[in-house]
Amino acid sequence: MSTKNVMIVGVGGQGSLLASKLLGRLLLDEGYDVKVSEVHGMSQRGGSVVTYVRYGEHVYSPVIDKGEADVIVSFELLEAARWLPFLKKDGTVVTNIQQIDPMPVITGAMEYPAELVEKMKAAGAKVDALDCLALAEEAGSSKAVNIVLMGRLSHYFDMPEEAWMKAMEAIVPAKFLEMNKKAFELGKNA
Amino acid sequence: MKELMLGNKAFARGLYEAGCSFVSSYPGTPSTEVTEEAVKYDEIYCEWAPNEKVAMEAAFGASLAGVRSYCGMKHVGLNVAADPLYTMSYTGVNGGIVICVADDAGMHSSQNEQDSRHHAIASKVPMLEPSDSGETLSFVKLAYDLSEEYDTPVIVKMCTRVAHSQSVVETSDRAQIARKPYEKNIPKNVMMPGNAIKRHPFVEERTAKLRELAETASFNRVEMRDASATGKHVGIITCSTTYQYVREAFGNSVSVLKLGMVNPLPVNLIKDFATKVDTLIVAEELDPIIETHCRALGLDVIGKDVLPICGEFSQNLLKKYLSPIVTGEDYKEDDLSAVNDQIPMRPPVMCAGCPHRGLFYTLSKNKCTVLGDIGCYTLGAVAPLAAMDMTLCMGASVSAIHGFNKAGGGENEGKTVAVIGDSTFMHSGMTGLANIAYNQSDSTVIILDNSITGMTGHQQNPTTGLNIKGDPAGKIDLEALCRSMGFERVRVVDPYDLKACDEAIKEELAVKAPSVIISRRPCALLKNVKHNPPLRVNRDKCVGCKSCMKIGCPAISMKDGKAHIDNTLCVGCGICEQLCPVGAFESCQKED
Repeated sequence: MSTKNVMIVGVGGQGSLLASKLLGRLLLDEGYDVKVSEVHGMSQRGGSVVTYVRYGEHVYSPVIDKGEADVIVSFELLEAARWLPFLKKDGTVVTNIQQIDPMPVITGAMEYPAELVEKMKAAGAKVDALDCLALAEEAGSSKAVNIVLMGRLSHYFDMPEEAWMKAMEAIVPAKFLEMNKKAFELGKNA
Repeated sequence: MKELMLGNKAFARGLYEAGCSFVSSYPGTPSTEVTEEAVKYDEIYCEWAPNEKVAMEAAFGASLAGVRSYCGMKHVGLNVAADPLYTMSYTGVNGGIVICVADDAGMHSSQNEQDSRHHAIASKVPMLEPSDSGETLSFVKLAYDLSEEYDTPVIVKMCTRVAHSQSVVETSDRAQIARKPYEKNIPKNVMMPGNAIKRHPFVEERTAKLRELAETASFNRVEMRDASATGKHVGIITCSTTYQYVREAFGNSVSVLKLGMVNPLPVNLIKDFATKVDTLIVAEELDPIIETHCRALGLDVIGKDVLPICGEFSQNLLKKYLSPIVTGEDYKEDDLSAVNDQIPMRPPVMCAGCPHRGLFYTLSKNKCTVLGDIGCYTLGAVAPLAAMDMTLCMGASVSAIHGFNKAGGGENEGKTVAVIGDSTFMHSGMTGLANIAYNQSDSTVIILDNSITGMTGHQQNPTTGLNIKGDPAGKIDLEALCRSMGFERVRVVDPYDLKACDEAIKEELAVKAPSVIISRRPCALLKNVKHNPPLRVNRDKCVGCKSCMKIGCPAISMKDGKAHIDNTLCVGCGICEQLCPVGAFESCQKED
């Protein structure tokens, strides 16, 4: 198989590292070669952050380039739009509809663009948008947005749910496991 | 066992498996996690040193005592540690020494984009350069063997994409390495002219031997293109993560010489490879090190005349610049999806509740000239605060304000401050402060004491009273330290108290004496910090004057002409409340 590419994008501090850890574990368990690239350091301070997850028979480059992503998973709507040029022509965007104002919007220098879901669709992307924050809160914690998104992402992976659950048990601390399983189901079935 | 492992974690695993038992480092992105992972092994003593020079000298001491030791740093950290490095090259080692230097092509989290390979060449120390986590683990073990066999420190060079990407590694057990006895050896270890003169030829011989090793060792390997490939035979000499981009971009249609040791470089291996191909390319990030070596051998190569010298590479970048040479056809970038709107930038910002914010707001309000330093607080330069005039390197704020004030003809003292974090002050701010005390300038230095090394992800330092494991440790008293240097004016302010900050800055700038202001409050992200409930805006009271918007808090925005607080971000620091002329901010309990 050719290498598959998943990008996880969001705002520094939103919990994308756990999502990439879960995906990495899942894909390794399923027997793939995997590479995951993360961002540490200055960009974590509320900046735009991106994680690259690549898997296949043999993965060389740790990064995903423009036009290469099969799926973009976004924790925040504007970030989905920002990274859209990295999506393949027939790729899918799975995005939280939460909006977090960046500094140019906060200071009034720019507006937060309106109707981004429609605009991404108009640009040719398949867009699967959901209110992950509400679902995460329903599951028991606003911090579970990452797992809600992973539940939704599972639609686009040809892997049994047991494999996801096994990876989750390996990654998530036991006391948060039930809550995260609920978050996963809520995202999956939304 | 097979595991998916971060490059830096694989480095730490390599230290463990190689029997390393002493680690001393200073944090710096992208090198920090090596030491943070190493500390998880009980068999390895680990510490954060005040700076990279101290860390390297401590590792040297440990080697002298007979154990395998390690120190790690980012590229600019190696500049600080260059002094011991260049002479450790002469003394060599007792227990093996491995040094990690992590470069940051693309400047994800750095102030420059220097290529550390220059240091390896200049100090005549061998340097290995892995291209993924698996190679990192095996190269670290190899580095210790080379260090002891060839009597030299060995540098393992990482880069952001190897350090911070996870790939599959195979782990094994720890080697049992006995401590070697310490033996007094003045000619080898006392580097004064009479002895060093005799060591320099040893260094040159060692480099020649290592170059010989590089001709045949498996860390340098040739991968010839598919036998079925036709057309012009292109050969690419490459190293590090660029090897991965070459393979990603061109598969097996090109032949590759992948160099695992970038200093010293082989001669015959390269010449031989060149004879087998029609066209020779050198693909390396940043400076033309391998390319220059090839040209010195009289080879005709394509390198920085085609490929960029600035920034990171990627598979598409190589396709763009090299496809015309490799395939004879121009690379056409895919038609990309994009929305037409201009997407607002999202630069990193000071966090909600960051203790630096109140201080920088006060400096901005007083129109101070601010000589800055390296840390989270460098973000004080970002709009709307824009309260910084200079940032150079670790510690430069304190040294530079002295020169700025001395040379300013008396115009600068009353409006200029230096700002430096607690960890950066310990790293290299103290010596600058000694210069102010000694050569007497009326400089005002503000130490932003947030009780942690923030930007690199919360490491302890000599002022926190805790060691790398979080256990109680020695604690340097900043006030006492400054007073003991001769500063009579040392005062502490709470940066959440704008009035107190304003008074302190106005008074210390007005007085004709050197002074230190310690702006003290722990980082808002520290787990043990208790926060107030978030604030909310009473929309009936808010007049939409935007006074609260001057502080650049990510939790505050304008909604329908009135201020709005995101209560998932707000930690109730109260800075905005102090700026509101109509008392529109009220406390609320967290909803969850």
